[in-house]
Amino acid sequence: METIFITTITVTAFTGLLAFLLTLADRTIGDYGQVKLTINENREYIVDGGNSLLSTLIEQKIFIPSACGGKGTCGYCKVKVLEGGGPVLSTELPWLTEEEVENNIRLSCQCKIKENIKIEIPEELFNVREYETTVEFIEDLTPTIKRLRLRLKEGEEINFKPGQYIQLKAPIYEGNDEEVYRAYSIASPPSEKNYIDLIIGYVPGGIATTYVHKYLKAGDTVHINGPYGNFYYQDNYKNEMILVAVGTGMAPILSILYYMKENNIKRKARFYFGARTPEDLFLLDVMEDFEKTLYDFKFVPTLSRVLDEHNWTGERGRVNVVLDRHIKSPEDKEAYLCGSPGMIDTVVGLLKEKGILEEYIYYDKF
Amino acid sequence: MIELNPLLIFFAAIFTNNMIFSYFLGMCSFISVSNEIPTSLGLGQAVTFVLTFTTIANYLLYHYVLVPLGLEYLRFIIFIISIAAFVQLLEMVVEKYFPNLYYALGIFLPLITVNCAILGVSLFMVIRQYTFLQSLAFGVGSGIGWTLAIVAMAGIKQRLKRAIIPKGLEGPGITLIITGLMALAFVGFSGIVQIQ
Repeated sequence: METIFITTITVTAFTGLLAFLLTLADRTIGDYGQVKLTINENREYIVDGGNSLLSTLIEQKIFIPSACGGKGTCGYCKVKVLEGGGPVLSTELPWLTEEEVENNIRLSCQCKIKENIKIEIPEELFNVREYETTVEFIEDLTPTIKRLRLRLKEGEEINFKPGQYIQLKAPIYEGNDEEVYRAYSIASPPSEKNYIDLIIGYVPGGIATTYVHKYLKAGDTVHINGPYGNFYYQDNYKNEMILVAVGTGMAPILSILYYMKENNIKRKARFYFGARTPEDLFLLDVMEDFEKTLYDFKFVPTLSRVLDEHNWTGERGRVNVVLDRHIKSPEDKEAYLCGSPGMIDTVVGLLKEKGILEEYIYYDKF
Repeated sequence: MIELNPLLIFFAAIFTNNMIFSYFLGMCSFISVSNEIPTSLGLGQAVTFVLTFTTIANYLLYHYVLVPLGLEYLRFIIFIISIAAFVQLLEMVVEKYFPNLYYALGIFLPLITVNCAILGVSLFMVIRQYTFLQSLAFGVGSGIGWTLAIVAMAGIKQRLKRAIIPKGLEGPGITLIITGLMALAFVGFSGIVQIQ
């Protein structure tokens, strides 16, 4: 009896003591007090030290793109730390190039705030917010591509530049046990601030695309944050625009075209769109409408796997082949590309070969 | 029992009574983190560091709390809890006051709580009735021995990267076989010094 008593008391006392010590340590040693967070030299925040830079920024309602939610597995949440971030950690190194390490780029989810810290982030990120949206409709554009409209809450607005993207949160569903964020370009005009359209293709096994294609229906709630991205319409008035996209890469181009139409921008524009077969083409009526209403616009679809039975009279071959034929001189041209890394790399190479300046080639790889 | 010189225990813990090669303790991290030499070295440092301090803490705890109360049989639980708490505490202290060391050890520091070599050393210390100095020498020695083992394994594994290994043996399988071979080689040291 006595043994049991002593045992219980000792173990309880011991664990209690350790718990107390740890709490005490957390309060004293783990307490880094309040520190000053300076962003882009001009914004100052007083924040509690000891947390990661990413979570501290989120507390201040500043959203850094992050697909994994701070686990250090996506490598998106890069920021430039000018002062006070400590050395680069081994958990960050797989995501940083040598050049980035030299330029003090850090993963904000791994970098802890322990002292006054100065960071630099793109000014646009102050515009980034989180939105709870409702699916207004979801429709098939092709057998593998859907368009959906996400309506923001009444009175809420999203301000984005034509070409930018948002991150959509795919929740936990049957067959997926983790929340993930995936980036999708906005396909609707920037003047419509209460909704956004997305064009999403089906990728077998893709977490977010499976969610959108197999589970999502009108009326569902979807969480998004954004806008992000430095791929958007540039106001170089005298330049002719070369727009290039394949598949769902049409989304940001669509937003750019709507913007040009609404603002009556008088620029010559050619849109080269790559697909495999006629069934993979979509929104042809919208393109036709653009051809009629825009100042000088031509839609040039090109098919890479066309058969005789398709009776296709348009361009054939991959987009780079068609571009090679169509672009004669490099003067006064700028290009907007959106598509797979393979397509972008090929087309950027081709355009540079043609003599178009690199700073006039804008692209969005996905 | 003969009074063993602490220095003797120190060397014995590294070579003849190596935690991995004689007792197969601390195998999980030994198998999974031994892919690169620098990481292995980092983990080894962290283990040595934690071993040194937990051995001291557990020695004091055992001889000044458990023995007087007649609760020796509680040592498993108490040692485990104290190691877990100690590693947490150590992490906070190192993070605040030795940031360089903290960054060098990185993620390995908290992971060490579950390294059974740590508990093994504390228990051996009790079973073998070591004095304080002997325990300390044993703790540090075991840590260095463990580091030696994992770094050696990392070195071998780097050579193995281009080797053709039967499909079923890739990864942990071949690691275990190599560990066995290395253990056999370490038996060669056993003539030098011997502790229990």
